[in-house]
Amino acid sequence: MARQKKLLRDNYHQARWDEPMIFEMSVPGERGVLVPLACENIVSQVGDGVSAIPANLRRKKAPALPEVNQMRVNRHYYHLSQETLGTDVTLGISEGTCTMKYSPKVQEHMAARHPGIVDVHPLQEPDTMQGILELYYKVEQFLKEISGMDAFSLQPGGGAHGVFTNASIIRAYHRARGDNNRTEIITTMFSHPCDAATPNTAGFKVITLMPDESGYPDLEAMKAALSDKTAGIMITNPEDTGIYNPRIEEYVKAAHAVGALCSYDQANANGMMGIHRAREAGFDLCHFNLHKTFSAPHGCMGPATGAIGVKEFLKPFLPVPRVEFDGQKYLLNSNYPESVGKVRTFFGNTNVILKTYMWIMQHGAEGLKEAAICSVLNNQYFMKKIAEIPGVVIWYAKGKRRLEQVRYSWEKLKQDTGVGTDDVNKRIVDFGIEHYWTSHHPWVVPEPFTLEPCESYNKEDLDEYVAVLKQISKEAYDDPNLVKSAPHKAASHRPTHEAIDEAELIAVTWRQYLKKKGKK
Amino acid sequence: MKKLGVIVNPIAGIGGKVGLKGSDGIEILKKAREMGARSEAPRRALEALKIIAKLKNEIQVVTYPDEMGADECREAGLEPEIIGSIESGETRPEDTMEAARKMAERGVDLILFAGGDGTARNIYSAIGSSIPVLGIPAGVKIHSAVYAINPHSAGEVASLYLQGKVVNIREAEVMDIDEEAFRQGRVSAQLYGYLKVPVERRVQSVKSGARSEQAEVEGLAAEIIAGMDADTLYIIGPGTTTRAIMERLELSNTLLGVDVILDRKLVANDVTENQLFDLINQHGKARIVVTAIGGQGHVFGRGNQQISPRVIRLAGKNNIIVVASRDKLVALQPHPLLVDTGDPELDRELRGYVRVVTGWEDSIMYRVSDDAD
Repeated sequence: MARQKKLLRDNYHQARWDEPMIFEMSVPGERGVLVPLACENIVSQVGDGVSAIPANLRRKKAPALPEVNQMRVNRHYYHLSQETLGTDVTLGISEGTCTMKYSPKVQEHMAARHPGIVDVHPLQEPDTMQGILELYYKVEQFLKEISGMDAFSLQPGGGAHGVFTNASIIRAYHRARGDNNRTEIITTMFSHPCDAATPNTAGFKVITLMPDESGYPDLEAMKAALSDKTAGIMITNPEDTGIYNPRIEEYVKAAHAVGALCSYDQANANGMMGIHRAREAGFDLCHFNLHKTFSAPHGCMGPATGAIGVKEFLKPFLPVPRVEFDGQKYLLNSNYPESVGKVRTFFGNTNVILKTYMWIMQHGAEGLKEAAICSVLNNQYFMKKIAEIPGVVIWYAKGKRRLEQVRYSWEKLKQDTGVGTDDVNKRIVDFGIEHYWTSHHPWVVPEPFTLEPCESYNKEDLDEYVAVLKQISKEAYDDPNLVKSAPHKAASHRPTHEAIDEAELIAVTWRQYLKKKGKK
Repeated sequence: MKKLGVIVNPIAGIGGKVGLKGSDGIEILKKAREMGARSEAPRRALEALKIIAKLKNEIQVVTYPDEMGADECREAGLEPEIIGSIESGETRPEDTMEAARKMAERGVDLILFAGGDGTARNIYSAIGSSIPVLGIPAGVKIHSAVYAINPHSAGEVASLYLQGKVVNIREAEVMDIDEEAFRQGRVSAQLYGYLKVPVERRVQSVKSGARSEQAEVEGLAAEIIAGMDADTLYIIGPGTTTRAIMERLELSNTLLGVDVILDRKLVANDVTENQLFDLINQHGKARIVVTAIGGQGHVFGRGNQQISPRVIRLAGKNNIIVVASRDKLVALQPHPLLVDTGDPELDRELRGYVRVVTGWEDSIMYRVSDDAD
């Protein structure tokens, strides 16, 4: 029997605390914690602690921090948390391309409390942190099996950082062969934007392929772009549209034929674990976002890990130190003279590696494959239901299945009613659902929205989400102004776009805010 | 209170349905009417105005009498102020020009017009780019880039603009073709100028890190300049995108014409086809830098006819550099870039893929076709 009959949360209303900024709550002299003075034997050893800092590095004035008592601070941040919608209180289906799966709480508890994690300092001797190194080593073995690649580095602190490191490895590889002529990277319009942005940052010129009529990256265009200047291709599959490119090997072959390397963006591999591997697709490099597919979890700007995998011939270029096992103990090896170097302090975000290890061990090989199958299955049911909602269009590849996510379009709704995707997105929060992901820039698919119902969500969850979109579509046809003036029940009303896009109006610190408002 | 000017060209598009390729000139108009043609403009204008009518208490509307706007505004539920006078049933281009002038004098914030390239050109010649203008596409010829994608969208964008909500202002090409030549199967389009047009960008507005179109154009100008070879003529075609290159080099430029530079210094402004041909002949190495002109994405054959087939052949097909912002290419999707040089053989050779420079170290592979379909 179903747990609930009611799908729409009609009476939902988010908290509105009318909360001031923490800086506005400041009362001179008020304190959250009274820090005790250092005892005499410490003072006798280190002095006052401040004189040791060179005079030119010392602040002349105390920092303008808010002075607020502990209980108020606590209350303040609880208020703010009630004015947000995070994965623990809402359906993470909204964040297509982000894989907002449920991450078991036990993983957080271990990361926050296990002495083997929290009491260890990365500068300790490797002999004294064998546990952590074992985690690194074992996660690397798992990822090798999942991808088919020969070696991994778990150092990069995010997906884009991983792609940047892969671009750096591609450059190092060509240079090591004395080929300095390869200055170009090819990517596709629906690949993750970091496949264009990070090679650019690494110094490459970037060429982007547009989709053809079917929604696949245009293979003929790629052949026209390839030359002896091409260093590599960096592409995502399935792309943001959710369309899996079944001819991926042809792209790889064409690139290899001109001496370019092929890097597979598998940031979101949730529909592929145990089913499809970078190695069999012919790729030389790949990467996984451990904070998406492997439940680290994703969001709040980290901590994250972009695990990068390479074939044997590229292993010498991976970041150092590498975690290795000599049969008896785990060690850190920096003796790779061709390495691109260190890309992150110490050896990366250790608690992400711990959570990944736990999640993989909880699932086993069969469980990983089942998670992939469930995420694809969920998406098939979800896409069928959403396609039935008036105003929704699905671009490209008519009649073809998507893998684990879909880029939908409200193009028809906008034409019929004037209600576009930004409007629907503002209304959706009135039903207690987090705003959805529209699309990366630019909007090739008009009025886009991208949803990803990963394996964590069951039929009730999917049905609730569909019911909300159906309701909003109905409202758009009956009373478009209701949608266009939304949200009505959220913590804050419609933010103006200017405040987000215009440099003169953006204030990301309190000091900037005062300055731009002319208050100081 | 914001003020909207509405101009309907009641004969726009009348020639289209009966295959007359345009509606300019009294004779053609007579012929079209005899063939039973009716203009699409009033119906299309009404569709857009119905959307704007939702704002009727927030805006003032100024329009011209009878079928030039008053009828459509009233039917849409607006209560317009009516100015000027016309001879109903016998409207002429001069009426459109006079209407635009009078509206500009009254300080309207936006002129919404229903018509085609002839109408856009009339408005441009009357008021230049002094006030923003938005076209409801209703003509046979729509080579200009001043129209919304359809009447509904015209109503939406105009509403957003009048409410002071975010829309970008873009300089959009006003083009028109010689209808007489068109009827004889030749397309000879000229670039007349630029109107300021409000546009809704098809971009993610929040957390996308999207660069503004202007920043992209500045980036692509820098990219072109950084890649310039010494001792090579650079032939800079018309348009606002290519203008950015000249501005970055602090050289005087011709927005509607072709300029030539060598080693980052000006050789000549606004050259003719003959001058171009002679310059390349004398100098040898040359590169052509062009952008997509007009609403249909022409890189050759619309507004840059100075860069003729013999000029292109002399410079060499491999020495063509196409520049355009990402926004422009995305707006063109799924249609290809077009070439219509006047030499079908050359057009065929130019088919295929071109690497369009879209920003600093950034480009997009885009399809080029010699066939608009």
